[in-house]
Amino acid sequence: MGLYESHWVLTLLIALPILGGLACLAVPESRAKTVALLTTVVEFGLSLPLFWTFDTAEAGFQNAVSIPWIEGWGISYTLGLDGISILMVLLTTFIMPLAVAGSFTYVKSRERAFYAMLLFLTTGMIGVFVALDLFLFYVFWEIMLIPMYFLIGIWGGERRIYSAVKFFLYTAAGSLLMLIAIVALAFLHRDATGATSFSYEDILTLEIAGRAQLWLFGGFALAFAIKVPMFPLHTWLPDAHVEAPTAGSVILAGVLLKMGVYGFLRFALPLFPVAATHPAVLGMFLVLGLVGILYGAWVAAVQPDAKKLVAYTSVAHLGFVVIGVFSLTTQGIEGGILQMVNHGVSTGALFLLIGMLYERRHSRRIADFGGIAKVMPFFAFALVVVALSSIGLPGTNGFVGEFLILVGTFRSHPWIAAIAATGVIFAACYMLPMVQRLLFNRLDREENRALVDLDRRERWILVPLLALILLIGVWPGPFLDRTRTSVDALLERVEARGGTLVEAPPAGRGALAGGGE
Amino acid sequence: MRTFEFASHAEYWIALLPEVGLALAAIVILLADAFRSERGGRGVWVETVAVAGIVASAVSNAWLSGSTAPPDALLAVDGFRAVANVIILAATLLVILFARDYLTREALPAGEFHGLLLLCSVGMMLLVAARDLILLFVGLELMSIAAYILTGYARRDARSSEAGLKYFTVGAFASAFLLYGIALLYGVTGTTRLAVAGEAIAAGVAGGDPLLTAGIGMLLIGFGFKVAAVPFHMWTPDAYDGAPTPVTAYMATGVKAAAFVALLRVLTIDLADAVSIWHRAVWWLAILTMIVPNMIALAQESVKRMLAYSSVAHAGYVLVGVASASALGRSASLFYLAAYTVMTIGSFAVVFHVAGRGDARARIDDYLGLGWRRPWLGVAMLVFLLSLAGFPPTAGFVGKLYLLQAAVEAREMGLAVTLVLTSLVAYYYYLRVVWKMYFDQAPEGAVGPTRATAGFRVATAVCAILILLAGLFPGRALDGMRDALGPDWDVTAVAP
Repeated sequence: MGLYESHWVLTLLIALPILGGLACLAVPESRAKTVALLTTVVEFGLSLPLFWTFDTAEAGFQNAVSIPWIEGWGISYTLGLDGISILMVLLTTFIMPLAVAGSFTYVKSRERAFYAMLLFLTTGMIGVFVALDLFLFYVFWEIMLIPMYFLIGIWGGERRIYSAVKFFLYTAAGSLLMLIAIVALAFLHRDATGATSFSYEDILTLEIAGRAQLWLFGGFALAFAIKVPMFPLHTWLPDAHVEAPTAGSVILAGVLLKMGVYGFLRFALPLFPVAATHPAVLGMFLVLGLVGILYGAWVAAVQPDAKKLVAYTSVAHLGFVVIGVFSLTTQGIEGGILQMVNHGVSTGALFLLIGMLYERRHSRRIADFGGIAKVMPFFAFALVVVALSSIGLPGTNGFVGEFLILVGTFRSHPWIAAIAATGVIFAACYMLPMVQRLLFNRLDREENRALVDLDRRERWILVPLLALILLIGVWPGPFLDRTRTSVDALLERVEARGGTLVEAPPAGRGALAGGGE
Repeated sequence: MRTFEFASHAEYWIALLPEVGLALAAIVILLADAFRSERGGRGVWVETVAVAGIVASAVSNAWLSGSTAPPDALLAVDGFRAVANVIILAATLLVILFARDYLTREALPAGEFHGLLLLCSVGMMLLVAARDLILLFVGLELMSIAAYILTGYARRDARSSEAGLKYFTVGAFASAFLLYGIALLYGVTGTTRLAVAGEAIAAGVAGGDPLLTAGIGMLLIGFGFKVAAVPFHMWTPDAYDGAPTPVTAYMATGVKAAAFVALLRVLTIDLADAVSIWHRAVWWLAILTMIVPNMIALAQESVKRMLAYSSVAHAGYVLVGVASASALGRSASLFYLAAYTVMTIGSFAVVFHVAGRGDARARIDDYLGLGWRRPWLGVAMLVFLLSLAGFPPTAGFVGKLYLLQAAVEAREMGLAVTLVLTSLVAYYYYLRVVWKMYFDQAPEGAVGPTRATAGFRVATAVCAILILLAGLFPGRALDGMRDALGPDWDVTAVAP
C-alpha cells in the first residue's frame, strides 16, 4: 500500500489520462476505444483503494503534495484529498469507463480525437477536485472547457455549434471574474505577510475585511453558480446536455455539474465565511435553490424530448444540493455531497439509457415510443430503477441524499425545507409519466416492435450503476463517514469566523470601503 | 560587464554594437543585391546574411547585459534595453523565417525586403535604447520610414499601395505630434535628456505649467498612433489588412513592441513625477483600446482583418500595465509584449499560408475543416488562438495574469474588470475560427493550402512550443527576465 500513503497517487491520477489520451491519438482509429477503456479502467482501479486508505478521522488533506511551480508568484503544484473531494474523485473515475464504453457504438467518426478528448477531460476534472493552489485550480477549471467544447461541437447534435459556444462563453464569463478575485486574494496575502501566495492553505489563514469578502465571494460565487447551474444562470445547460453526445451528457451531468457545488464547499464558504453567512447572501442562495427545484421540475414535466427532460431534472436536483449546502448544517452539507454522487449516478444512467434508445430509433421524442417494455425488458427494468432513484424512493440512493438535505435544512430553515419537500412530489410528476409513456402504454408503432433489447456490453455498463444505486440506498454509512470530519471542520470554521463578524457591524461605510479590494 | 562613461566615441560604438551588427548586415544585403542578377533562383544568401546579422546582434546584446551607464547619458545600457532587444530580434528572426515562402510565392524581390526589415529593426533598437528625445525621434523615424515602405512593398497590389500611403500619411502626422511634444518638453525643462527632464519635473521646475501638460499630451498622441491605441488606431485595419502578411505580423509585433517599450520608459520612469498628468489619459486609452477593437473584431469575415483588430485590442491590454505605473506594471507589459510577439507572428504565418497566392483564401470560411485536413497546422493555429484568447496553459494566459496582478496591485479594479470582460468577447471571435476549423466540413471541391516548406513548419512548431512552454513553466522565463532587468525592474510580486 506504499503508493496510497505517498504523495504520488494524485499526480498519477492526473497524468495517466493525459498519457492515455496521447496514446489514443497515436494508435490506429479502430484501436482508440480499447486504449481509452483500458486507461479509464486502470484509472478507476488506481483510485478505488483511496476509499479504504482514506483516514476518516482526519480533517486535513491526505496524500498531499506540494512542489513550487512559479516561485516568484507564490504558485505551487499543490494537491490533496479530503472528505469533500474524495467522493468527487471516485465518482469521476467511476463514471469515465462507463462513459467510454457507452460511446463504443454511438461515436463512429474521428474516434481517436473523441477518446483523446474524453481522457483529457478526465485530467481536468480530477485536477479541479484535488488542486489546492488557487492558480492551479483555475488552470484545471479552464482547461476542462476545451475538450468539452470539442466534444459538443464535433460529435454533438444538430445545434451543436450554438450549444458548444454558449457552454464555453457562459462558463468562461464566470471564471474570468473569479480570476480577478484569485489575484486579489494573492495580493491580500502579500499585504498581510509580505509575499504573494496562491496556496489555498495560506489564504485560509487570512483575515479578510467584511466588505472585501462580499466582493471576492461574489467573484467566486458567480463562477460556481453558473457551473452548478443555479437558476437563472442555467440556460446553457439544457442546450449543452441535449446537443452533447451521450458520453458528453453523462460527464456533464455526472461530474461537471458537481464542480460548482464543490467550489462553494472548497473555496467560497471557508474563504469568505462572513459573506457566506450574511443573511442576504444566504437567503438569496436558499431561495434560488428552491426556485431551481420547482422551476426545473415544472419545465421538465412538459418536455417532449426525453433528453431535455432529464437535463431539466438536473436543475431541480442541483437545487436540492444548493439548499443543502447553504443550510449550513452537518446533515445538509453531507446530504448535499452524497446527493451530488447520487445525481451523477442516476442522471448519468438516465443519459446512457436514453442514448441507447436513441441509437436504436434515432429519436428521443417521448411520443415516438410506448410499450417498449415488452420488447426491451432489461432496458425497462433499468429505466424503472434509475427513475425511482431519481425521484428519491426509499431504498434507493436518491432518498438518502434528499432526506438528509431536508433534515438539515429543516433544522435551520424549516419553511424552505417544507417547500423544497414538494419538489420530491414534482419529481414523481415528471419522471413517472415519462417512464409510463416510454415503457408501458400500448406498443402501437411498427418501428418499436423491432427494437432489440440491450446487448451484453450495454448491460455491463448499467449493472455497476444499478448496483451503486441500491448500495448507497441501503448502506450509505461508509460514504457519509468519509465526508463527516471535513464537513464538521468546515462548519466549525464558518461558524467561528462568520457568526461573530456578522454580529459586529463595522463602524461606518468609510471603514468598510477602506477594507475593500 | 563594464561601466560606460561615454568619454570617447569608441564607447558609443561599443554600446551600440547590437545596432551596428544589424545595420551592417542590412547594408551588405542592399549593396550585394544591387550587383546580383535574379536569374536562376535566388538561393538563400539574403536570409543567411540577415540571420547572421541577427545572431551577431543577439550575441553582442547578451555580452552587453550586466553593463551599466549613467542615467543621464545619451544611450541606455541596461537590462530593459537588453530584454526589449531580445523581443525585437526574435520578431525579426521569425518574420524572416516566414517571409521566404511569401516572397517566393508573390514573386517579390528579397534583397530590399530584408534590407528594409533589418533597418526597421535597427530603428526599433535605437528607439528602446534612447535616453534623449532627439535620439528617440531618430530611432522612431528610421523604424517608421522602413515600415512605410514595407507596407507598400507589394507594388502591384493596389491594397498594399493604399495601405502604405495611408500608413505613411497618418504616421507622418503622428511624428509631427511627437516632435511638437518634444519641443514643448524642451521648452519647459530646458533639456532633451530624459533623465534630466525628469529631475527637473521632480524638482518642480515645471510644476503646473500648462506647456508641460500640452507637451506630454502631444507625446501621448504621437505614441498613441505608433502603438495604435484607440482613438488613434484608425489606420491600422487598412494598413494591416493591405500590407504583405509577414509585414503585417512585423508591424503588429516588433513595431508595436518597440514603441511600447519607449513609451513605458518615458512615461513610467522619466515622467513618473508627472503621473498625475498622464495617468488619466493612459487609463482612458487602455479602456477604449480594450473595448472598441474587440467589438469590431466580432464582425470580421476576413481572418487577417480580425487578427488586425485583435492586435489593436492587445495594445489595450499592454496599456493596462502602463497605466498601473509600477515596476510590476512595466515588467508585466514587457512579458506580455514578448508572449504577444510570438503568438501573433505564429497566427499571421498560418493566415498567409492558408491564404495562398494573392491572399485568395483569407475569409473565415476558407478555414472550414482545416483542422482535419491539416492536423498539425490546425493544432498550431489552435495553440496560437488559445494563447491570443488568454487561455491556460499558454503564454498568453500567463501574460494576462501578469497584467492582472499589476492592475490589482495598483488597485485599478476598473482596468482589471475591463480586461477580463473584453477577453470574454475575444473568446468568441477566436473560438469562431476554432469551430470553423474543427466543427464544420470543408465544402466539396474546396482548395486547401499547399504543402508547407520545411522552414515554415519548423518556425511554426517553434512558436507553438515556445507558447506552451512559457504557459506551463513560466518560472524560468520570469526568472530570466528578472535577472536581466535587475533590481529596479523587479518582475516578481514578492516583497523583499
